[in-house]
Amino acid sequence: MANSSVVDFPKNFTKALNDPQLRHNLRSAMDTLGMRRRTLFSDPVSFEQLRATGDEIRQRALRQLPELLEKLEKKCTENGIQVHWAETPAEANQICLEIIQRHNAHRVIKGKSMVSEEMHLNHFLAEHDVEALETDLGEYIIQLDHETPSHIIVPAIHKNRDQIARLFHDKIPNTPYTEVVEELNAIARKVLREKFLAGEVGVSGVNFAVAETGTLCLVENEGNGRMCTTAPPVHIAVMGLEKVVERLDDVPPLLRLLTGSATGQLITTYFNMITSPRKAGEKDGPKEVHLVLLDNGRSKIWADPELRQTLKCIRCGACLNHCPVYTRLGGHAYGYVYPGPIGSILTPQIEGLVNAGAMATASTFCGACEEVCPVKIPITDILRRLRNESYQKVDTPHAVKGHGYKLSVIESLTWKGWALNNMMPWANALSAKLLGLLSAQLPRLPKVGLLKYWGQSRTLPKFAARSLHALAKEKGLRDE
Amino acid sequence: MNNARANILARLWTAISPDDLAPFESSVAGSALELSRTERVARLKQRMEAMHAEVVITSANGWIDALKATLRQRLLNGLLYAPDTALGKALAAVWDSDLPPLVGYTETIEQCKERLFAIDASITSTQGGLADVGALILWPDSDEPRLMSLAPALHIAVLDAAKIHDSLAQAIAHEHWREKMPTNILLISGPSKTADIELVLTFGVHGPKELIVLILDG
Amino acid sequence: MPTRPQKVYYFGTCLIDLCYPQAGMAGIELLQREGVEVLFPQQQSCCGQPAYNSGFPEEARKVARQQLKAFPNDYPIVVPSGSCGGMLKHHYPKLFANQPEFAEAQRFSGQVMELTEFLVTVLEIQLEDRGQPIKVTWHSSCSALREMRVIDYSKSLLRQLRNVELVELRRERECCGFGGSFSVKQADLSSAMVSDKVADIEKTGASRLLSGDCGCLMHIGGALDYQKSLIPAQHIAEFVWERVHG
Repeated sequence: MANSSVVDFPKNFTKALNDPQLRHNLRSAMDTLGMRRRTLFSDPVSFEQLRATGDEIRQRALRQLPELLEKLEKKCTENGIQVHWAETPAEANQICLEIIQRHNAHRVIKGKSMVSEEMHLNHFLAEHDVEALETDLGEYIIQLDHETPSHIIVPAIHKNRDQIARLFHDKIPNTPYTEVVEELNAIARKVLREKFLAGEVGVSGVNFAVAETGTLCLVENEGNGRMCTTAPPVHIAVMGLEKVVERLDDVPPLLRLLTGSATGQLITTYFNMITSPRKAGEKDGPKEVHLVLLDNGRSKIWADPELRQTLKCIRCGACLNHCPVYTRLGGHAYGYVYPGPIGSILTPQIEGLVNAGAMATASTFCGACEEVCPVKIPITDILRRLRNESYQKVDTPHAVKGHGYKLSVIESLTWKGWALNNMMPWANALSAKLLGLLSAQLPRLPKVGLLKYWGQSRTLPKFAARSLHALAKEKGLRDE
Repeated sequence: MNNARANILARLWTAISPDDLAPFESSVAGSALELSRTERVARLKQRMEAMHAEVVITSANGWIDALKATLRQRLLNGLLYAPDTALGKALAAVWDSDLPPLVGYTETIEQCKERLFAIDASITSTQGGLADVGALILWPDSDEPRLMSLAPALHIAVLDAAKIHDSLAQAIAHEHWREKMPTNILLISGPSKTADIELVLTFGVHGPKELIVLILDG
Repeated sequence: MPTRPQKVYYFGTCLIDLCYPQAGMAGIELLQREGVEVLFPQQQSCCGQPAYNSGFPEEARKVARQQLKAFPNDYPIVVPSGSCGGMLKHHYPKLFANQPEFAEAQRFSGQVMELTEFLVTVLEIQLEDRGQPIKVTWHSSCSALREMRVIDYSKSLLRQLRNVELVELRRERECCGFGGSFSVKQADLSSAMVSDKVADIEKTGASRLLSGDCGCLMHIGGALDYQKSLIPAQHIAEFVWERVHG
């Protein structure tokens, strides 16, 4: 993902926080998405039941992951879908390029796919003289502006209509400036219709892949995904290898959870289930369908029972929509493809703690993400695990890449001192007393060290002259 | 490439734990909806209308007249249809000259792509419907190819009320999908839409701008 | 619900101990008012959460062990904080998983109850308001809301008070941005969050902010103070005790 260099989080965060337009755009969008979700899942009992089902389906699929992948490959192959395996984004890109070149194709049309973002496929193809055009409206908008998605479901959510109006006017020839959303949509429809006609290869992601039937499932509203997977003679589907599910029966609950959690929809406009390329006598649909299974660190994550739960994710984006941190930063500040709570647990595991470990510090552990997660990923526990491994070299086979990178004598000593103080009642009592005395002498503590950061927006608390321990003792409270 | 496959699977098989191989206890019971035929029709209509589909309840005898009436209100350059299906034959038998001409989807996409994308409307049958969410089930085939329900700006779908299921889970079970998955199955809940600009919902992006469902009830 | 006990343990929390002992004492007074003996182990200190959330589980465990020792009997352990309560009740079993103290940690966790929940569900406390009419607003701490799930109990106490009008925040379920070390390690983010919270509070027209967690109160109260707001932040136990004590 990203540039595999260390992202300057503090700089990114400050920039995002100081962008009032961005803050405003995000706030209203996240409020709306949250409200829509709440309206759909208004009954907490049935929602809990549904997400227990979702959790179970994903857990069951992951437990059998190697078997299901083999089964998926077998079924797909029987159905005529060609299956490819890639350990790294580079391998996956190469597989896609070879297929494209074999057909002498130069124009690729793409449906929305986060895995293709993870691969930086568009950039790679451009280097090889292949134009990859994003056709989802949001993706099209950001591609025009040379940006990456700032949200995994609504990629252009950081932009408002004025910004998009200006962008269309500037970048699409002969386009008048309009802020009317319907007109902006019509402009995109017209431009992209031409592209659908001309597309030589279609690329899409996969929402669920059903092992027992070898079926690729795709969720969308616009119809561009269907265009990409139906109109060109070749369809390449790229998929993170965790997206496999065992049975066709697993699809309905996951579909409901996905569309409901993402945008508060009972179902999207289209649910597209692809089980084979065009058969003899059929008049449309791609003659070749390829499925590229990408690992990119997932098999390593999978090996650890706790970290594995990260892979239950169905990419609904609800954790982003409900995260107070994401709501204030937007996706770009995170510097990697997957932002927000899910990005903060997934990215450090893939990219390593040295590069992305700081993402795990951007959380108050408020738990809003876990409350809405449709498959019950223990996001805060995994964040804690990442923080733990940031500070400690771990002697287990499944340690997160870069563990111990933050190893710091000062910080370790501070916590050791803190622990000692809180393990010994006499030390605790003494320090409470000293702090009380100090506070009495200094009405305002000096803003030094970490207190400086506290003091930038908050006054410092005062230490009480007598601690609760002392007051309880005075009141004669007993112990047993 | 072969190495990738072997390496990935080896990593997974090596790391599999005894817990993963133990039987998986399912604690979840599905809650099944049970609707009457009337309720199914009503629920599907209400849900699909909420998603801006136009739903007309008609009958096996009256649907072609209902279709004609709808078409006469519009200016359309043609109606894409499947000439070899029962539905297509029924249409062709009673088609009037003042209606948009019927255009058969008879060639492959490679031969007719430009013409296909230029036609205003299409009519297809459906495999069934889903009451709980309000969606059509389409199983495109050689007679009714996949783009029929996607390329034209107006898609008209004919749905037999008896084939509306309570839910997707029920459709999968009752029709034994597992054993006979076709090339492509589509669930369609309305005209194409997007909310990618400021979450403002607008209809008719890349797929049809309008969806008309004729439900044959009785 | 558990039967009404004769005695309870009180876990005061380190923040209350050092900065807000009057809030801790108010909780004790409320329990005693209901005829329950309050035991206060002098050996107690901190629940361990600061280290637990900062990447130092070993240090957290050392401190947590001290609490297991300080509360050896099976009396309810009442905690005037959703956050520390959440640590003791929901995270101790995880912290001591695969440790010799696991059973002991489970025993301990099973006894933990947040103060307002205990007052409402176990003691079925009845409050008579002796204060002047006042408009207050309420901040739900994330742990009280999502881990301990006690917000309805806290608010039901306020609703018993005849002269207290509770005006809810527009974004009551949103975090104030404290998050322990987050407030200094991600100071800009934390500041942005608490500024929004302050604006929300100001908009209610309330003359006091109440919460069940001193961490949030220290944070929001500090921001209110920094912005020269006249709205004081106060722990619910202290407020309720004032109202009924007269």
